Amino acid sequence: MFNSLLPNVQWDTIWAATVETLYMTGIAVVATFVLGIILGLLLFLTSKGNIWENRLANAIIAAFVNIFRSIPFIILIILLIPFTKLVVGTILGANAALPALIIGAAPFYARMVEIALREIDKGVIEAAKAMGATTATIIWKVLLPESLPALVSGITVTAIALVGYTAMAGVVGAGGLGNLAYLEGFQRNHNDVTFVATVLILVIVFVIQFIGDFVTSKIDKR
Amino acid sequence: MITLENVTKIYQSSNGSVTAVDDVSLHIKEGEIFGIIGYSGAGKSSLIRMLNGLEKPTKGNVIVADRNIANIKGKELREARQEIGMIFQHFNLLWSRTVRENIAFPLEIAGVPKEQRLKRVDELIQLVGLQGRENAYPSQLSGGQKQRVGIARALANNPKVLLCDEATSALDPQTTDSILDLLVDINQRLRLTIVLITHEMHVIRKICDRVAVMENGKIVEQGEVLQVFRQPKQTITKRFVQQVIEPEETKETIAHLIDKYPRGNVIQLTFVGEAAEQPLIANLTRQFQVNVNILQGKISQTHQGSYGVLFVHIDGTDEEVAKAIDYIRQQQVGVEVITDVQ
Ligand SMILES: Nc1ncnc2c1ncn2[C@@H]1O[C@H](COP(=O)(O)OP(=O)(O)O)[C@@H](O)[C@H]1O
Ligand SMILES: [Mg+2]
Repeated sequence: MFNSLLPNVQWDTIWAATVETLYMTGIAVVATFVLGIILGLLLFLTSKGNIWENRLANAIIAAFVNIFRSIPFIILIILLIPFTKLVVGTILGANAALPALIIGAAPFYARMVEIALREIDKGVIEAAKAMGATTATIIWKVLLPESLPALVSGITVTAIALVGYTAMAGVVGAGGLGNLAYLEGFQRNHNDVTFVATVLILVIVFVIQFIGDFVTSKIDKR
Repeated sequence: MITLENVTKIYQSSNGSVTAVDDVSLHIKEGEIFGIIGYSGAGKSSLIRMLNGLEKPTKGNVIVADRNIANIKGKELREARQEIGMIFQHFNLLWSRTVRENIAFPLEIAGVPKEQRLKRVDELIQLVGLQGRENAYPSQLSGGQKQRVGIARALANNPKVLLCDEATSALDPQTTDSILDLLVDINQRLRLTIVLITHEMHVIRKICDRVAVMENGKIVEQGEVLQVFRQPKQTITKRFVQQVIEPEETKETIAHLIDKYPRGNVIQLTFVGEAAEQPLIANLTRQFQVNVNILQGKISQTHQGSYGVLFVHIDGTDEEVAKAIDYIRQQQVGVEVITDVQ
């Protein structure tokens, strides 16, 4: 019955495209999480009144974050073509989308990390210092655990944005559901393919949101 | 245990510099509870924060347990800090950790192995009376319970000194008293030196051995608590002493009494220590031809003994009244004849 309503849909290509989208999103989320936390920590720690207070370093990192956060993603992909070629060796396929996805999302997430860290009560950091904690201990045992719910809800929002980015990346040849919707659905005018790809993307987004909300509520003990 | 030598702290900010602590010298003895009282902005927090290096003095030496906190940094400072516990007005607990995990935190920092850590945490939970709440999160605790966690955490590494920055200022009077009792108990059991800062004379009265009064970054008066209660010298000290011994309406009442008793004298008696516990009034009426009316009075308990103020009206012949007053003086009781109220 499905096949008569959706005459042009080939489920094996749909499945392959879904896996590709999940693959791109998954790798990009993990890399963005790590990179964003590092950048966010640097932004926070070098800001005024904090452990590594340093105006120059802070200004440089903030400029980098702001610039890459402001470039529209579709333009970023094009700008990064030479870089992608150098690192991945090709500008086609799922792996080729990764540099642009990560470089586009990490600064976005870094800002959220910085805001989450700024929400931590200064007194708690000070109490840790008064106990003789090293900076590493403060980062691992105070800053990250105390901001964890905000870090998780931030990565949820970022992951959802990344699903959108993978679809855009698909249009310039990166594979995945976006690529399928564009090539099969739009260019060959197979609206049923576009429809199925859209539904699948929505399902992915809902699942990510659900998991994110669930984890956030579980770890938030405030 | 603690010596401050000519300590000055100046903050630089965009709109000029602020001298928060101004040439303070101070000695705090091992095992005593030393209080620093002052109004908001007097520089108390700046002073106490220099005792564990959270702030560096602009000038001067800060010697705690034979280490000059002003000059050390890095590993040495971190080790020194493990010997100095601190508790805070807003408790500063990690909300992501349970009571047990919060108390274990300083032990993790000190590198205590897990098994010993668990044992020590259980001891501390007993010490501060938090049995049954081990696995609660701070958000599930009352203010008093949170401060108990703060105290347990501060004591985890067996410090020599405990610093208390307005530790009871966020608590209601009843909880304040229970936390103060706990501090005295700890002080006596562990022979721990306690330095506390507060803006409430009640706290000083209740647990301190000695007190320093701070105003505009300077220590303007210091001494044994009972002595300061008996003879406050500075105006600010008098105001603080009045906080606990005289209710707000006293002045009004006295003015009223003087109007009401045109004959005889209204006198203020100040009892300290044992004098507060003898039957002075009974003796007066028995030995002299005077009438004594008790108008108003209050006895406060300090850490070192009781301290009381009594307003009485004495009536009789001038000669007998003079003899009675002389007698009172001999009993180690302060006497002040009040003729008018300023
Ligand atoms: N980090 C700081 N930067 C600039 N000024 C400060 C800082 N901390 C305290 N001050 C100033 O120093 C003075 C004393 O403050 P503080 O030590 O907190 O007093 P207290 O604890 O007695 O209220 C105040 O005028 C306050 O504004
Ligand atoms: Mg203060």
